[in-house]
Amino acid sequence: MSVSREKGSSGRGISRRDVLRNLAIGAAGGSMLQLIPAKAAELAHEMIQKEKAASPAGKYSPKFFPTHQYETLVLLCGLIIPKDEVSGGAVEAGAPEFIDLLTSENEEYQAILGGGLMWLDNFCADRYEHTFLECSSAQQKEMLDEIAYRENTKKDLSLSQGIAFFAKLRLMTCDGFYTSKIGIEDLKYIGNTALAQFPGCPPLPE
Amino acid sequence: MAQVIRSPKTYDVCVIGSGAGGGMAAKILTEGGLTVALLEAGPPVNPSTDFKMFLWPYDVPHRGVGVGGKAAENFGEFLAPNGAWKIKGEPYTSAPGANFQWFRSRTVGGRTNHWGRIALRFAPVDFKSKSRDGIGEDWPISYDDIAPYYDKVESYIGVFGTKENISNAPDGVFLPPPKPRCTELVIKKACDKLNILCIPSRLAILTKPLNGRPSCHYCAQCGRGCPSGSNFSSSQVLIPPALATGRLTLITDAMAREILVGHDGKASGVSYIDRATRSEKRISARAVVVAASACESARLLLNSKSHLFPDGLANASGQVGRNLTDSVGSSGQGYFPQLEKMPPHNHDGTGGMHLYIPWWKFDRQNEFPRGYHIELGGGREMPGAGMFDDVCEQFEGYGAMLKSTCRKRYGTNIGFAGRGEMIPNADTFCEIDPDVVDQFGIPVLRFHFKWSDYEIRQAKDMQQTFKAIVEAAGGEYLTRTSTDGPYPYGIEPGGKVIHEVGTARMGADPKTSVLNEYCQAHDVKNLFVTDGAPLVTNPDKNPTLTIMALSWRASEYLVDQAKKGSL
Repeated sequence: MSVSREKGSSGRGISRRDVLRNLAIGAAGGSMLQLIPAKAAELAHEMIQKEKAASPAGKYSPKFFPTHQYETLVLLCGLIIPKDEVSGGAVEAGAPEFIDLLTSENEEYQAILGGGLMWLDNFCADRYEHTFLECSSAQQKEMLDEIAYRENTKKDLSLSQGIAFFAKLRLMTCDGFYTSKIGIEDLKYIGNTALAQFPGCPPLPE
Repeated sequence: MAQVIRSPKTYDVCVIGSGAGGGMAAKILTEGGLTVALLEAGPPVNPSTDFKMFLWPYDVPHRGVGVGGKAAENFGEFLAPNGAWKIKGEPYTSAPGANFQWFRSRTVGGRTNHWGRIALRFAPVDFKSKSRDGIGEDWPISYDDIAPYYDKVESYIGVFGTKENISNAPDGVFLPPPKPRCTELVIKKACDKLNILCIPSRLAILTKPLNGRPSCHYCAQCGRGCPSGSNFSSSQVLIPPALATGRLTLITDAMAREILVGHDGKASGVSYIDRATRSEKRISARAVVVAASACESARLLLNSKSHLFPDGLANASGQVGRNLTDSVGSSGQGYFPQLEKMPPHNHDGTGGMHLYIPWWKFDRQNEFPRGYHIELGGGREMPGAGMFDDVCEQFEGYGAMLKSTCRKRYGTNIGFAGRGEMIPNADTFCEIDPDVVDQFGIPVLRFHFKWSDYEIRQAKDMQQTFKAIVEAAGGEYLTRTSTDGPYPYGIEPGGKVIHEVGTARMGADPKTSVLNEYCQAHDVKNLFVTDGAPLVTNPDKNPTLTIMALSWRASEYLVDQAKKGSL
């Protein structure tokens, strides 16, 4: 216990693990309140950020999608959750990397997303004589306006695989965005920290 | 021939399982002066390295959903080491149409590492429900027999709540409750209009320091495991004091295979598989306490066959594995436009609801026997994967519109989970599958499960109530359920609520029950079962608190009998 405390007080060499170990040792020793201040939680977060910053941030190499498909995925993620005046979009939030990682590990996703991207290119090739990536932004918008709504299968049944693909991609893009720092801040979530007391509900606006 | 390694020592008691029931037995038995070998089928748990408290989703590459997104089905990758719906190498089977779901733990502390900490006392009527409505069986004990043990458990583990004087939801020894969240105040207001009770919940989380454990720090992440031990888990609250006596030997990665029986018909020890070496080892003990979880305990008893006990140990009644129940579960959610106006604020609180709806129609004539309570969730929680699935499904689209809809809708949904009482029925039980063994050669369980009309009508009532509450609050009820099919009104598959109990029930009559009122086997007096298996009924009060109270009572009795030399 004294070892990790010394590390903590010197401010060097402490890791999140040390912080949590300190919490646990304090609990076992029964004298813990001085160790659980909100600072402990903040410290844990800071450590993780530092560890991350220390690793070289090179260009991401996709684990599953071939280059063209990955570029298409990036474009789609940005169209699903775009950057706006409030916050960055799904691309800035790392959603394409997240989706690629999960897809590389999940055969079901490989079929629906990998297959879906090919469906999209085939459909665009038939209609616009270009891959989705090569289409004009007006054509891309026209395409998405069709596959973004289930209702559209009623007028064109051939859209249904594309709609299923897009529904899955939309869910995963939201997951990637709203699990990121950018997405969580966009929602103005406040918490994940240690409090001495729970403040309860602020006055409800009239 | 494989060599069987016998322990040179004979322990006073061998306890199988380290969760709520086994952990409590280990504590009371060792503090009572007995030596105990505690077998746990999984590894030790280390709060400082295993618990993921305070991590953000973006701190890990899988953002909380785990490899291939597959941790989501086991409640996410941040959950305390705990268990899973499927364990590699350890299958179980379901009879056609049963589709039973079995969440098993293989870790010190068992399922208490992650449970919801909902700590509700059974009511006096719950012990005598057959006398009241003629269905099922009465318990061999009354509320007055168990009440002192509820007091002891609550005083020791710490439970917050308020005195309410509701006959169906007895008060306990409570710490002060945390303040309600905005979402809960909205529901409370609607319930007041509808004459539905809505009161502070009762959770095993400390709102004041207790017995050397610090108060909660309100991060809402109890399910991830609490490094400061401010919530209850067997691994942090029961096992440490047992170890401190110097009389507990904790043996991890030890999968119990069979309870051994001597020529005198008494339990003489336990044969188990050491996972690390896949070899069989034996523990000798003067008494055995089985607390491996209700169904796992039934499996162990049924697999402990001998010429003296050809149908399994303690099974002269044929009731081992029978009377299996889970809680009736049905869920829903509503959208509350008034919550859109809430300023951003910390909504975290404890790891669970601060208000809940106890069963409020206990003195009425309903379309089904017994009752249910309602758990509340939702609001401005830490964002995570799946949070906007409903928005995506409802609004579809993409782009600026989707993003602004998510922003607007964040924190405006409130979830409801009904948890009701299932009545034991003849079509619901577990037995040994004659054709399948696990990776250790131990025959596995086969489940039979059927909801009756009682439970389905209860689920229907839950859905109607959720909708009524949402609409009374000016919200929009979003959940749609079908009225037919295998899961009408959103009733969960059996096992899904993880409240399976009843598989070695207690009773006054050895012909219709497995255990006596002290959780002692009618047929084998030095054998006890102290998990959910002894429960005669499964009322709408989550079983863990009652499991611990019964285990405490049984363990005191065991200590007393051992001292008298009557085992």
